[in-house]
Amino acid sequence: MPFKHNPQVFSSSIGETVLGTGEKALTLGGENVWSLYSFDGAVKNPPAVGIEFSDQGPDRSLPGVAAAYEGAETLAELAKKAEQVPGVQFVAFRLAGSDPNGDNESVADSVAKVKEVADAISLPLVVTGSNNIDKDAELLPKVAEALQGKNALLLNAKEENYKGIAVAAVTAYGQKVSGESAVDINLAKQLNVLFSQLGIKNENLVENLGQGVVGYGFEYIISTVERVKLAALTQNDAALQIPVISPISTEAWTVKESLATEEEIPEWGSREERGIGLEVSTAVASIAAGSNAVILMHPASVATVSKLIAELV
Amino acid sequence: MALKGLDIFKLTPKTNCKECGQPTCMAFSMKVAQGSVQIEQCPHMSEEALATLGEATAPPMKSIKIGVGEEEHTIGGETVLFRHDKTFVSKSLYGVSVTDANADEVLAEAAKVDYVRIGEHMYVELVNVAFEGDKSAFLSAVKKAAATGRTLVLDVQDGDAAKAALDLVKDTKPILNGANPSNYEACNALAKEYGVVLGVRAEDLDALYTTVTALEGLGNKELVLDVGGASIKDAFGNAVKIRRAALKDNDRSFGYPSIVNVAKLAPGDERLQTALASLFTSKYGSIIILEKMDYGKALGLYGLRQNVFTDPQKPMTVETGLYPINGAGENDPCAFTVDFALTYFIISGEIERSGVPVNLIIPDAGGYSVLTAWSAGKLTADSIAKFIKDEGLEAKVKNHTLMVPGKISVLKGELEENLPGWKIVIAPNEAIGLPKFLKEFVA
Repeated sequence: MPFKHNPQVFSSSIGETVLGTGEKALTLGGENVWSLYSFDGAVKNPPAVGIEFSDQGPDRSLPGVAAAYEGAETLAELAKKAEQVPGVQFVAFRLAGSDPNGDNESVADSVAKVKEVADAISLPLVVTGSNNIDKDAELLPKVAEALQGKNALLLNAKEENYKGIAVAAVTAYGQKVSGESAVDINLAKQLNVLFSQLGIKNENLVENLGQGVVGYGFEYIISTVERVKLAALTQNDAALQIPVISPISTEAWTVKESLATEEEIPEWGSREERGIGLEVSTAVASIAAGSNAVILMHPASVATVSKLIAELV
Repeated sequence: MALKGLDIFKLTPKTNCKECGQPTCMAFSMKVAQGSVQIEQCPHMSEEALATLGEATAPPMKSIKIGVGEEEHTIGGETVLFRHDKTFVSKSLYGVSVTDANADEVLAEAAKVDYVRIGEHMYVELVNVAFEGDKSAFLSAVKKAAATGRTLVLDVQDGDAAKAALDLVKDTKPILNGANPSNYEACNALAKEYGVVLGVRAEDLDALYTTVTALEGLGNKELVLDVGGASIKDAFGNAVKIRRAALKDNDRSFGYPSIVNVAKLAPGDERLQTALASLFTSKYGSIIILEKMDYGKALGLYGLRQNVFTDPQKPMTVETGLYPINGAGENDPCAFTVDFALTYFIISGEIERSGVPVNLIIPDAGGYSVLTAWSAGKLTADSIAKFIKDEGLEAKVKNHTLMVPGKISVLKGELEENLPGWKIVIAPNEAIGLPKFLKEFVA
C-alpha cells in the first residue's frame, strides 16, 4: 500500500525583499511552503547566511576567526576577508563604537567606517548601529545617506525611533530597513503597520522579531517566528508577509556557555567549539521555525549552516 | 479525527445506569470525546463497540516505552505539529553510535557530558550499536555499550546477530532497529519473543508504509520508524511527512516515534551533525543518534531541547534559595530577583560578567517575570522579608545590603520596614546595566 503524501503548498506567500545590487544581489523571502520543506514545493529563495564583524575588529583569541581574518587590519581589509568566507551571502557590519554607553564615537566617524566597508565589498551589506534608540535615530539616517546606491539593509528600527530611520533610509536614500520587535506577534505586526502608514512597502522591509540563544527562553522565539509565518501563509496577513532576519552572532557569543574560559570550566573543553555549537544550534532552530536569514560571527558556523541549507533545498 | 460525543452516545446502552460514575450516558459520551474519561469505564459496552471506539479514540501517535528502571524513557505520544498549539510531550533522546573498534573511546567521552540544568538531568540517554558484518565484534560492542547502563539501540538487520545480542541484553529493553521489507517477519518474531520495541526501515516511504502496515497486521504496534540515511534531504522530508501524516492527516500507520541517525547522514562532520541534531530536535526526531557527544555540541543542543519541550502553559523555574555568584561569601552584598528561569539566567549571567561577588536570593515568585510577579502579588516586601528570615539568610550572610530590581524600586520603603538593619539599594531597571552598576557599587 503506497503512502499518501499531502504536500502543503500555501495559497499565500511571503513577500520578497532584495538586498544589494548587481550580480551579488540577494533576494530574501518569497516562499509559499514551510521553511526548508522542499519536498512540498520549491523553496523560492533558500534562507541566507551572513557573517558579522564589528568596528572593534574580530575576536582573534578564537583560532578559527583569527585564521579567517589573518593579515587584515583596516576595516576595508576585514570586510574583504569577511566576504570571502565560504558560504557567506551577505556581510553584516556592527557599529559597536557608536554606543553612547561605550566609546560614543561621533556620527561622522561611524559613517566614515561604514563607507570604508561598503566600498570594499560587492556582497550586500547589512548595518547594525549602536542599538541605542536616540543614537540610532541620529546615526542611521546619516548611514543611509552615505550608502546611496548600495541598497543596504539597516537593522533595528524600533517603535520609538522607526519614523526618522525608515523615512530617511527607504524614502530618501533607497535603502532597506528592518524593524525590531520584542518576541511578540502583535508587536511585530504593529510595527509593520506603522511602516506601511509611512507609505513604506513590504518590498523595502525585513523584520527582526527579537533574537535570543538556545537555552535562554528560546521557545518564545521559536513560537513567535512560527506564529508569524503561519499567519502570513495560512491567513494571508499582509502585515506579516515580510522576510524574517535573525541576528544571532552577538547573542550566541555573550552567554556563559561561550564566554567561560577553558581555565574556569575545564570539563567544558574548547570555548571556540562551544560558541560554534551555540551559534549553529540557534541558527538551525531559527531557520526551522521560519527565519529567512541568519547573521553569524564564526566562519565555521557560516560554513556549517550554509552547507545544511544547500543539502536541504 | 476523534469521534464526537454523539457518535459515542449511539454505541452506549443508553440506560443511564451511572455505573461509570457519570450522571447520564450522554454526559459520559461527551467526556470520552474530550478525552477526560476512558471508554473502558462503562461496564456495559459491547466488545464490538469497544473495538470501534478504542480505535477511534486512540491518540494519533503511539507513546512507546524503552529501557527499564531509571533508564526507562517514553517517546512519541505527540498531538500537535507546533509547540504553541499545546505542548510537545516527549523530548528527543540523544545517543552516540559505537562499534567494537571505537566503543571505549566514544563511550568514555560521552560519559563526561552529565549535568543538571533547570532541574533537568542532561546526559546521553542512548547508545546505538552498529552491526558491520562481524558477529563477534558486534557482540563485543554490545557488551561494552550495555556496561554503561544506558538504553541500547541495536542497529542490526542480520537475524542471527540480532538474536545473539538480544540474548545478552533483552532485560534492559533495547530497541531492535532491524526490520526492513524483506526480513520483517523474522525480525518481528524476534522482537515479540524478547519483548522489545522494533525499529523499521525501508528505502522509501511507500515501502516503509507497506512494511509498517504488514507488521501491524501481525499484531505489532510497538514500533519506531527509521527515517533513513540515503540523504539529508530525504531524511528530513521523511521525518516531517511521517509526523504530519500521523497528526494532521490522522494516518495511524505512521503514528509512531522516529529514529534519525545523523552519524550516517554526515559521517566525520561533527559540526554538520550538530546542525542536523538541532534540526531534528526542532522538527520531529524522537531519537537522534550522533557519532560523538561532548560539551561543544551538548550545551547548545540540550539547551535547545529544554526550550522546545517546555510546556507553554508552565513557566520554567529555578529552585528557590541562595546562589553565591563569583565566589560570594558572607561579607558580600545580597540581591534578589524572581524564580522565572529566563530572568534568573540573564541576571546571574550579568552578575558573572561584572566579576563582583554577589549573593543572589531567589524567593518563590510563582515563575513570573519581575513586573508580572509584583503586579500579581507574588513578589512583595512581605514575601521577600519572610523568605530571607525563613531561610536563615540573616545569619548566613553578614553583609546586610539588599539590591532591589529597579523596576520594583517602590518596594524600598516597605523592605526597610520589614528588614530592620538592612540597607536597601536600588539596582538598574535592565539587566544589561548590572555590570557597570555593580563595579561602581563596590568601587
